[in-house]
Amino acid sequence: MQRDFPALALGALFVLTLVTGAASVPAVDASKSSIIVTFRQENVPVDAPFKKFNGRIDYDPAHPDAAKAELEVTTASLDLGSEEYSAEVRKKNWFDSTTYRTATFISTAIKPGALGHFDATGILTLKGKTQTVTIPVSVARAVTTTNFDGELQLSRSYFGIGDPEWNDVVDDKVRVKFHIVE
Amino acid sequence: MVCPRAAAAAGAARVAIVSTVNPTVARAGYTRTAIALHWLMAALMTAGFTLGATMVDLHISPRKVRLYAYHKWIGITVLGLVLLRCCWRLLHSPPPAEPMPRWQMSAAHFTHGLLYALMTCTPVIGWLYSSASGYPVVYLKLWQLPDLVSKNDALAKVLVQVHGALAWTLFWVVLLHSAAALKHHYIDRDATLRRMLVWRRG
Repeated sequence: MQRDFPALALGALFVLTLVTGAASVPAVDASKSSIIVTFRQENVPVDAPFKKFNGRIDYDPAHPDAAKAELEVTTASLDLGSEEYSAEVRKKNWFDSTTYRTATFISTAIKPGALGHFDATGILTLKGKTQTVTIPVSVARAVTTTNFDGELQLSRSYFGIGDPEWNDVVDDKVRVKFHIVE
Repeated sequence: MVCPRAAAAAGAARVAIVSTVNPTVARAGYTRTAIALHWLMAALMTAGFTLGATMVDLHISPRKVRLYAYHKWIGITVLGLVLLRCCWRLLHSPPPAEPMPRWQMSAAHFTHGLLYALMTCTPVIGWLYSSASGYPVVYLKLWQLPDLVSKNDALAKVLVQVHGALAWTLFWVVLLHSAAALKHHYIDRDATLRRMLVWRRG
């Protein structure tokens, strides 16, 4: 069968563009990153990581104010150290992970601060509720990667995470600490 | 907190008085501190064991979380008291034993040694388990104790088994210890148990 060379070359070029294009779009390296929730029950601080998340941060040190960040966390992936408890927080009264599969953060404004720091303002969506948050982030460039570190405090009751009957045992305030490697 | 010196003096005075009153019946008992520690720990361990045995099967609830906290506080208290008790024991020799066959004496020594070992190891392993599961112990909701190991799920699975096995061993050894005390009291009719009951002495 006679192949149409120009068409083939064009096709190859198109594929090549896609591949290199995809490679140049920064994506979060989930294997090196971490998103850890710290809650307090009976005043005991417990760290629980989200095992599954993805996203990307477009950050150019020359134009930090033009940066953009998008993160998506799989709510069912919160690991409380035992399957019994992890399964519990996936239920309706907590994350309701069947209905609200993911929680997202989408940046709306980046305000550069001191060298290696910026404030990321964005919309956090969790269990169908949204909140505008501003997170102080520190940036550190490694040889091939960039690390973004920061933390924020959230209220369980605002997002309807957990029955009120738990309020005497588990603090309303929950800290979320992230270390994003891209 | 009882001042050890005062308690020792009080104990010595009591023994002296009893001896003068009736030298044939009187035998030195345990010091009040030793007696207090013995029964306080007996009560705490009964509560801790009962809590531990019930809480594990409860469905997840705020109550379950609370009971776990209480169980841990009791365990840490027992650990603190057993260390205090060891110090006390090293500084004060126990009263001479009632006359009994040599095998009973050896059995008693062995059981007491085992009790001390289990009273120390059970809470320590519990603490290790708590650390390995990523749940630090916050004593009385106030003081966060250091983690003995870092979070390790595989280790936690082993430690919880060991903790349970030790607790059940402690349960059976305590039962044996109590049975022996009652046997001495009701069958041999000697002063073994009375030595541990200060309130019955004049």
